[in-house]
Amino acid sequence: MVTVKIALPKGYLLEATAALLRAADWGLEGYNQSMRNYRLESRRFPDLQAKVFNERDIPVQVAVGNYDLGICGLDWVEELSVKFSSSALVKLRNLGYGEGVVCIAASRSQPAPTIEELQVETELIRIASEYPNLAEYLALQLRLRRFSVFPLWGAAEAYPPESATLALVSYPNEQEALACGLVPVNVLLNHSAYLIANKNSWEQKDLSEIVESIDVQLPVTKGSQVKMTTTAPTEKSYQPWQVDEDTVRIALPDGHQQAHTVKLLDKAGIRVEDYPSENGNRRPGTDLKGTVIKVIRPQDMPLQVANRNFDLAITGRDWLTDHLTIFPSSPATELLDLKSGRVKMVAVVSQNVPADDIYSLRQLVAKQTIPFRVASEYVNIADKYARDNHLGMYKVVPTWGATEVFLPEDADLLIENTETGRTIARHNLKIIDTLFESTGCLIGGKGETSSPVKRERIESIVEKLRAAVEGE
Amino acid sequence: MRVERCKGTRDLSPDEMTKFRLIEGVFSDCCLKGGYREIRTPTLEYLHLFTSTGTLTPGTLGKVYSFLDWDGWSGERVVLRPDATIPVARSYIDTVQNGGLTKLFYVTNIFIFEETGKETRERWQCGAELIGAGSTMADVELITLALDILKKLGLKKVELQLSHAGLIRALLAEFGLTPQEQASVFDQILDGDEAVFTKLKAKTPELGETLAPLLDPKGQSAGFLRNLKALFRRDLPEFEPALDNFIDIVDLMEALGYSYQIDIASGRGFEYYTGVIFQLFAGKERVAGGGRYDALIPLMGGREVPASGFALYLDPLIGLIKPEVIDGQLPERILIRVGDSTLETVKEGFSIATYLRDAGYAAEMNLGSQPPADIRWILDVKNEAPRFVVTDTATKKESQARTAKEVLALLGGNGDS
Repeated sequence: MVTVKIALPKGYLLEATAALLRAADWGLEGYNQSMRNYRLESRRFPDLQAKVFNERDIPVQVAVGNYDLGICGLDWVEELSVKFSSSALVKLRNLGYGEGVVCIAASRSQPAPTIEELQVETELIRIASEYPNLAEYLALQLRLRRFSVFPLWGAAEAYPPESATLALVSYPNEQEALACGLVPVNVLLNHSAYLIANKNSWEQKDLSEIVESIDVQLPVTKGSQVKMTTTAPTEKSYQPWQVDEDTVRIALPDGHQQAHTVKLLDKAGIRVEDYPSENGNRRPGTDLKGTVIKVIRPQDMPLQVANRNFDLAITGRDWLTDHLTIFPSSPATELLDLKSGRVKMVAVVSQNVPADDIYSLRQLVAKQTIPFRVASEYVNIADKYARDNHLGMYKVVPTWGATEVFLPEDADLLIENTETGRTIARHNLKIIDTLFESTGCLIGGKGETSSPVKRERIESIVEKLRAAVEGE
Repeated sequence: MRVERCKGTRDLSPDEMTKFRLIEGVFSDCCLKGGYREIRTPTLEYLHLFTSTGTLTPGTLGKVYSFLDWDGWSGERVVLRPDATIPVARSYIDTVQNGGLTKLFYVTNIFIFEETGKETRERWQCGAELIGAGSTMADVELITLALDILKKLGLKKVELQLSHAGLIRALLAEFGLTPQEQASVFDQILDGDEAVFTKLKAKTPELGETLAPLLDPKGQSAGFLRNLKALFRRDLPEFEPALDNFIDIVDLMEALGYSYQIDIASGRGFEYYTGVIFQLFAGKERVAGGGRYDALIPLMGGREVPASGFALYLDPLIGLIKPEVIDGQLPERILIRVGDSTLETVKEGFSIATYLRDAGYAAEMNLGSQPPADIRWILDVKNEAPRFVVTDTATKKESQARTAKEVLALLGGNGDS
């Protein structure tokens, strides 16, 4: 059998996919949530090479031909093909798990607008979404007169009504959406996990044994019913902010930055209730007078501050730099170095590449006749780095985490952050350049605030945090 | 490393550019003589200029080149203009306060993604917009202007195809479609799917039969429209206003001696059309299109101003211009050979080159390569009298001259033909 490459998902599809492949007797060792090695071998198919990616990266990897097959949600397949309709993807089988609905939703706290009302709206309609391509497609199909899309890394449900008019979100069912404070206005797509193939591979390679091994495990009737959750999901706070011109709006990070942030807030004497939240509450309360808080992804904060949706946000300098690289005149600016979560932004290549610095790499690239692939979560920083260092005919491959796994097969250079360098070394990679150091930082918007009360409140919060940082 | 041309783009070769400039020249000459003034709008516009009026179909808007500008953190995108009329209408609203008659023309490129990359994604247009006139005469002026330009470009057998947006809308309403379905079907017609009426007829055969006399034949006279008016007067009176307007237009076209074909189902164009829609074909190539768009400027927040316009499509037209039409468009070429490299002779060579260029010739200094095959004259410059020898490459005849004036006389006068 010829070598066949398959891209498998991490995250919420992992367990069901692992169960399916177990039933198909693939004998994949170590495909589980605590996995450390993302390259897997199959006992049943010795010529099969499997690699594990963030689900969102899989349609791209299959479409560009790095992988013959892939398993991922249909939502991400459509997110790619709605923008790039000639993508070389074939949808082979609905695998019948990981079901959900992508819908455009408004805040439950207010009467939801109808499609007809949205269509005649002449003011800007802001749509927040992890699916920016689908959001734009939907806006055009609905013939919205004026719209903008905030591409997000996550937490879209936290945006309406204050930070966006609508959110394009995916939920397992309507109850889940309602529990997060959203009410669906229009369903765009029912989705579930799919087996997909690269078009050329499908036309030219014999993938039959592998596909059949999966297919026989599926129910005979194709298509799946969206399974409704029987237990009611926990209601999360979605009451809209009570804000006036004096109110300070703060964004706090979710994910692994929470621990640093809680410590800092404690030290500054700022009380924030239910943060981090066990049930995913994104609107924690605070004792700070005239202040409201939302919990969103740190990656999304600079854009939100630039759009005046927040006055202050705790994020990382890496994300602020990425934002300022694409929007050099953005009002988002660093107000305070929080000196926490110190990482280095580095350029990384495989140990096997005969280059130890960017200059020798440039010489190697100059001899290459195929495009040089730079993979990064920080697409704007990576693009600028490749441009500034004259890496010739390069292309940037956007990734959604676990970027180390891309080298050496699916990318030639990574722009990545690292705390200790251990993960890089473990993947048999080496650092050839350090771009800058990044720590957590407090950001805000340049320009005068019209309300003196608000200005005073902002200054007071900044001072409290400064004192906490300097007291360390 | 060989760097290829971007997919879906084309280079316009010197030969093609000669034709391009000829078309542009004839077009702008005709427009200027008709009282039109040239305008140029920016290549970049906000996406919402094109979405705000609902004037382009989702099919077209899904193929625009849009991106976030360097200050586009609000998420609102800018586009490479996908249409030329809407920016002109924007500019009109920005600059013309009194809503008076404004006649504008432009030569511009528009950008639309085309999936295969086999057709060009950057398309050139020569367009004219007549804003502030809503009469039949205005419609006919534009149609005849387009036809006259094509005639001057030497295109034979140009076919004029007419339809009417008002009539198409009235028809769609008859098929009992919901407003949303109507919009969707209209979009399909505008995107060029002429089979859409056939599909609708199959869906509602009885109505299809009723409307067959309207949809199937290709009328070639005002009589056809009058017949339709008589046939539908009682059953479908809502067709009447559009039919009356259509009849007025074709009556005037006939009086002016133009022939045409009426094909109601051929409404390809943009949703902003409200009245007559016209398309010009040279063989199978669609070389021009236009129509009346009275609702566009009010939809964009401007006054209630009637407007109409058309565009010639340069890309197919370039391929249709016959070589004999461009013969004589370029000045006659003279190659100047300097007999020796003494300063004085070279100086004489440059001097006569300037003299001949001023007289309308393309005078080229010989820079060492073989003389081009299509060069008509060779002028040898010597360092002794007679200073000049003129060779006619066509007849191989050599003639001597002592002065620049004598050279000019030998060449036969002015180089511009």
